[in-house]
Amino acid sequence: MKKINITINGKKIPTFEGKTILESAEENGIYIPALCSHSDLKVKANCRICCVEVLGELVPACSTNVSEGMKVSTDSEKVKRARKTNLELLFAQHAEECHDCVWNGACDLLKIAEENKVRINKFKDRKQKFPVYQFGQIIQFDSSKCIDCGNCIEVCKMQGVGFLEKKNNKSFNQVSPSSKWNVDCIYCGQCITHCPAGAFEAKGEFEEIEEPLKNKSKKIIFQFAPAVRSSIGEEFGMKEGSVVTGKIVSALKKLGADKVFDISVGADFTTVFEAKEVVERIKKNKNLPVLTSCCPAWVRYVELHYPKLIKNLSTARSPHIILGGLIKTYWAEKNKISPKDIIVISIMPCVAKKYEILKPRLKIKGFKPVDYVLTAREFSRLVKSKKIDFKNLKPKKADNVFGDPSGAGIIYGASGGVMESAFRTAYEKLSGKKLKDVNFIKARGLKGIKEAEIKIGKDIKKIAVVSGLGNVKEILNKALEYTCIEVMACPGGCIGGGGQPMPVNDRIRQKRSESLYSLDRHKKIRRAHENPIVKEILKENLSRKIFHTYHDKEFKNKNKII
Amino acid sequence: MAKSIIEGLKKHKILGRSGCCYPSAEKWEKVKKAKGSKRYIICNGSEGEPYSLKDGHILKYYPEYVVEGIKQALKEIKNSEAFIYLRKDYYWFFAPKLRKLAKGLPIAVIKKKGGYLAGEETVACQAIEGKEIEPRQRPPFVSESGLWECPTLVNNVETFYCAGKIARGEYKNERFFTVTGKVPKKGVFMLDKDSAVKEILEKTKNYPTFDFFARAGSEILLKNELDKKIEGLGCIIVYDKKRTNPIKLMKKWAQFVLDENCDKCAPCREGMFRIKEMISSKKLDKKTLEDIFFAMENTSFCPLGKNAPGPFRDIINKLM
Repeated sequence: MKKINITINGKKIPTFEGKTILESAEENGIYIPALCSHSDLKVKANCRICCVEVLGELVPACSTNVSEGMKVSTDSEKVKRARKTNLELLFAQHAEECHDCVWNGACDLLKIAEENKVRINKFKDRKQKFPVYQFGQIIQFDSSKCIDCGNCIEVCKMQGVGFLEKKNNKSFNQVSPSSKWNVDCIYCGQCITHCPAGAFEAKGEFEEIEEPLKNKSKKIIFQFAPAVRSSIGEEFGMKEGSVVTGKIVSALKKLGADKVFDISVGADFTTVFEAKEVVERIKKNKNLPVLTSCCPAWVRYVELHYPKLIKNLSTARSPHIILGGLIKTYWAEKNKISPKDIIVISIMPCVAKKYEILKPRLKIKGFKPVDYVLTAREFSRLVKSKKIDFKNLKPKKADNVFGDPSGAGIIYGASGGVMESAFRTAYEKLSGKKLKDVNFIKARGLKGIKEAEIKIGKDIKKIAVVSGLGNVKEILNKALEYTCIEVMACPGGCIGGGGQPMPVNDRIRQKRSESLYSLDRHKKIRRAHENPIVKEILKENLSRKIFHTYHDKEFKNKNKII
Repeated sequence: MAKSIIEGLKKHKILGRSGCCYPSAEKWEKVKKAKGSKRYIICNGSEGEPYSLKDGHILKYYPEYVVEGIKQALKEIKNSEAFIYLRKDYYWFFAPKLRKLAKGLPIAVIKKKGGYLAGEETVACQAIEGKEIEPRQRPPFVSESGLWECPTLVNNVETFYCAGKIARGEYKNERFFTVTGKVPKKGVFMLDKDSAVKEILEKTKNYPTFDFFARAGSEILLKNELDKKIEGLGCIIVYDKKRTNPIKLMKKWAQFVLDENCDKCAPCREGMFRIKEMISSKKLDKKTLEDIFFAMENTSFCPLGKNAPGPFRDIINKLM
């Protein structure tokens, strides 16, 4: 790229040909307000908030390329007037409910409004009586908050789902759920994290977060996912990628947890059973490729659209379901507590996990392994509402016996982590040799599709790792080439999950993911099957049901208007 | 006769018919020289402006010149194919004749999808490709990247008509005007290209005997402002000043824009809604209106939004 110079507000700035004004400004620390622009998505230039003045004309900074000697003004009278008016117009279609918004009042909409001294209620809300849709039991879309930027439609399409559509209603197009019989929401929640207006939220994201704590007569057991330990700090103003495992445990204890366990230990179990399954299927040459099944959004996608591949999904239960099951059986028995007196609550990076726990087939002896799922955002809101000073909490260790995972269990939170963990365990079983280097670099990183070949004895096995569900079609079209395919619905895996703190982009995902790999690197035990608690429990003759499940055809849920 | 067709277009100062009056010769030149091997030509007969009838008139009476113009473009622009893109009724009436005239040439006659907006050049590309009826970001301009990302020449039916006439050495500095509204002889007329509005009304024996105003393009002209020339579509609508209710008229226009715009960008979608709201409630807050006009004109995504406020501002300033 050719290096060029431009001037922004009189300041000379180096940049490159082919970049937009917005990119050049951001890279040089100059702020231009923007709403519909998101680095994950294509430039749409819909909101017109980022307009700047060039040669007397207003142009959108997000879609205008720089040129040598270009003079840009970001705060001329013209810019201010147009920006203010456009903001007033946008607010006139956005029902403000800042007290219960996924952005917690930290949205760009409000920030830019304050900077520009905008009267946010200058006009009467156009969408006042617009409906709130509910997708299944999981996601709610309040269309009276929508500012028509189109991010949700695009990200839904990018996910390969296409459930959100533009529909025409009385001279206006509006975002609506698809009514096509074969298109349904998979609850990945990417619409939530890509909406600048907070129009999407998980069901109960506000009103129901305290419910689990109300069961005072019962043992309250919290367990937290691998991917939230490097993201939750963001909610409390800490640096992106900060590892806050110990603070999460402390905060949960303050919230009244009797025990706090680490779902990464559950992941170690998933790894062991999944690896076993891989080995068996390879030996029998049956139901290959093995498709991972920890991501409930992906599983739902297969169950909805690829019934023929259902038998390929791994039967190993997802980490928090296994751990929940163990808590209510093994642990309950050891501690002489009746499972009906235990409440298990998972802190997850995910909204689809809320859907997973509703599946009746996961019940063990009539008990749900997990009773509640709180997203990372919901957990943070709960902590804030109890006025707990998270940032300054003294870290605590998670409780035994499910408090100490292997490194393999921790990297589950990043795309490629499941594959790498399974590989560390399955390799020995398949080749009979010990793995020299446990690092499986080719499976790591934010790329949507990663492929690798593994040499085991004389055999070469092909594997694929997919994150961002839209990428999966390409791999499924040639599925038979592979032995194993890991799929996570969200870009970058669970670290980019729909229940994670906002905002999110590749830079932030990278930070969250790096922290997980660094935790793994510093662990003494890095193979799931070497975790002492795993070894111990495998010796016990526990019911197969705790560790395995089955998958079945799914059908479209009715979308309600509430 | 000019040496080449492009020189001919340049010599006769043929301008685009969209309202931004881009010199046609330059457009042809750009597409001809653009990078890439495959090129496309779109003859735009999607006329969606209420009352304008000239494309239909040309297609009915002079289709051979239109096809001749496209033929010239095909010759001038290497490795190209053409589409004649017609609004639905024109398609039903004129497609058979056009197909017959275009026999043996790489010209396809196709039906327009969508409404008014689908006549805009980038939307036309979207429509022909079977994509969403929505304008595209510019740059890149269609002359660099239009249909299927290939350099594309999009011109109005009338521009190709002119090119055809020039090629045959018959062009006489004339163009078509639609005169309609409260006039005795509504219709499409061929007159000198540089005619002023007054002249057009007089020469077509349409100059009203009553007090009136006229809409010419996106401007409102009073009786004493008729010395102006009219560019773009060339459509003049005459209104009886005494019998026209400006509020009702603006409401109609606002509804038209609301129905026909794509709702993509905030200023056009929400701005026009607020304009209509204010007109309907008859509470015209001039400052707020001017702010909205300003935002629409300066920050709308496509020409529809950019040109929409003009007639409203004129009506309010000149008639209220």
